[in-house]
Amino acid sequence: MKYVLLFVEEEQFARDLEAMGPAERERAYQRVYEWMDTHADKIRGGNKLQPAETATTVRLGGGEPVITDGPFVEGKEVVSGYTEIEVADLDEALRMVSTWPGCPIIEIRPLM
Amino acid sequence: MTTEDVTPEHDRLASVVRQHAGPLAAALMRITGDFATAEDLVQDAVLAALRHWPEEGIPDRPDAWLFTVARRRALDGFRRADNYRAKLAQLQWPVPPAADERLRLIFTCCHPALSREAQVALTLRVVCGLTTEQIARAFLVRETAIARRITRAKRKIADAGIPYRVPDDDELAPRLTEVLTVIYLLFNEGYLATAGPPQSRDLAEDAEWLTGLLHQLMPTEPEVAGLLALIRLHRARAAARFSAEGEIVRLQDQDRSRWDTDAIADAIRLLTRTARRKRPGPYQLQAAIVACHAEAERWEDTDWEQIVLLYDMLLHLAPSPVTRLHRAIAVRYSTGARAAMSELNDLAEVLGEYHLYHATRAELLRELGEPDQAKTADRRALELTANPAEQAVLHQRLTWA
Repeated sequence: MKYVLLFVEEEQFARDLEAMGPAERERAYQRVYEWMDTHADKIRGGNKLQPAETATTVRLGGGEPVITDGPFVEGKEVVSGYTEIEVADLDEALRMVSTWPGCPIIEIRPLM
Repeated sequence: MTTEDVTPEHDRLASVVRQHAGPLAAALMRITGDFATAEDLVQDAVLAALRHWPEEGIPDRPDAWLFTVARRRALDGFRRADNYRAKLAQLQWPVPPAADERLRLIFTCCHPALSREAQVALTLRVVCGLTTEQIARAFLVRETAIARRITRAKRKIADAGIPYRVPDDDELAPRLTEVLTVIYLLFNEGYLATAGPPQSRDLAEDAEWLTGLLHQLMPTEPEVAGLLALIRLHRARAAARFSAEGEIVRLQDQDRSRWDTDAIADAIRLLTRTARRKRPGPYQLQAAIVACHAEAERWEDTDWEQIVLLYDMLLHLAPSPVTRLHRAIAVRYSTGARAAMSELNDLAEVLGEYHLYHATRAELLRELGEPDQAKTADRRALELTANPAEQAVLHQRLTWA
């Protein structure tokens, strides 16, 4: 089955990353790269997103499209990246994300 | 509710259905490979049984009867799914037994990716063979709400790829905890609601039956045995818990001659055997605490020091403010009301919305010679409980104390 992992950051996580020294931050990134390597055979694609401040939301349906600055949900939790994976079932996806060394929340969505 | 729902014949019917629904679901699941289909077929067969059996009597081979109905239904109904038809057409009675398959069913129904409510409803329907209507009645929820819950859960199992299998060793512990939580919740729902509609009693029995099944399938899991002992120790004393008027009788006022001492001794033997595995857990410890009460011939004989000790161990494994409250009650009897009160004061913030916190405070305040404050605490407890039997106790205390 194919799933998309949506990586979700919180303010605290961003602050912690900000507070790190360069070497420490490098190590944190390294752990993420290692995780990606370990699961390379299951990863079909994905990307890190630019910060939520760069988002633009468009709402259609009521005459002219309404364009607003920022992500579609205003909140402390923002999607910061995604990865498409192909695994046997939800349990395998759950096991995979249980060792994810990055942001603190992951949403697992099956693809149609 | 009609009177026939609670007759002995109805009880027997329910237990026969429960015994055979799970294995049938497991067999159909194996054949069709599709959880939702298997579940629908079982539900159809159960409904047919509840329609026919009260008039025609329970057949000699209820399992074969249910199987035949499900199979016929499947062959009639699934025009689109040719592969199910082909598989089912080949299938003959008896289906080879496979104990392990029921375990898979249980783990799928209690998968952590499902909401707690969905886990409970699915387990009752698929593993225990309850109808949607029976579940709705037991939880005092509308039937359509339960039906929706089950439909959504089945769709999630299919669409999100929730597997049909027993978890691997490395993930078994948390997943088993999930299953035990579901069963314990069922038990509590049935046990607390004893003064409510008589039909609710079935949930405590269903919970015991489920735990017994799980224990049979996983005999070396100490927490499964612990939960089984805990449920049996509670149920062995159920007859003394309510007065003829349906009011809760406090532990110290219960007529202990009405306790089932054989069942208590059996449960304690199970617990002792389990303790030898030296893998203690919250359910084993709770059962040990209940065993201390169950073993005391009189209220005055209760070994409160031992109970406080067991609560300390329990808090070490599973810290919780409610457990601290229970420990404080044990401290009241082992040390005194003042010591208990000071423990309670530390809990004011976290348990401020919990009725038993205020009910306990009221008792301590009364013992410490503060009747007015005690009344205020009782009133607060009354505002916070929805359980009619508990409300009655608090009402009585406010009127007479």
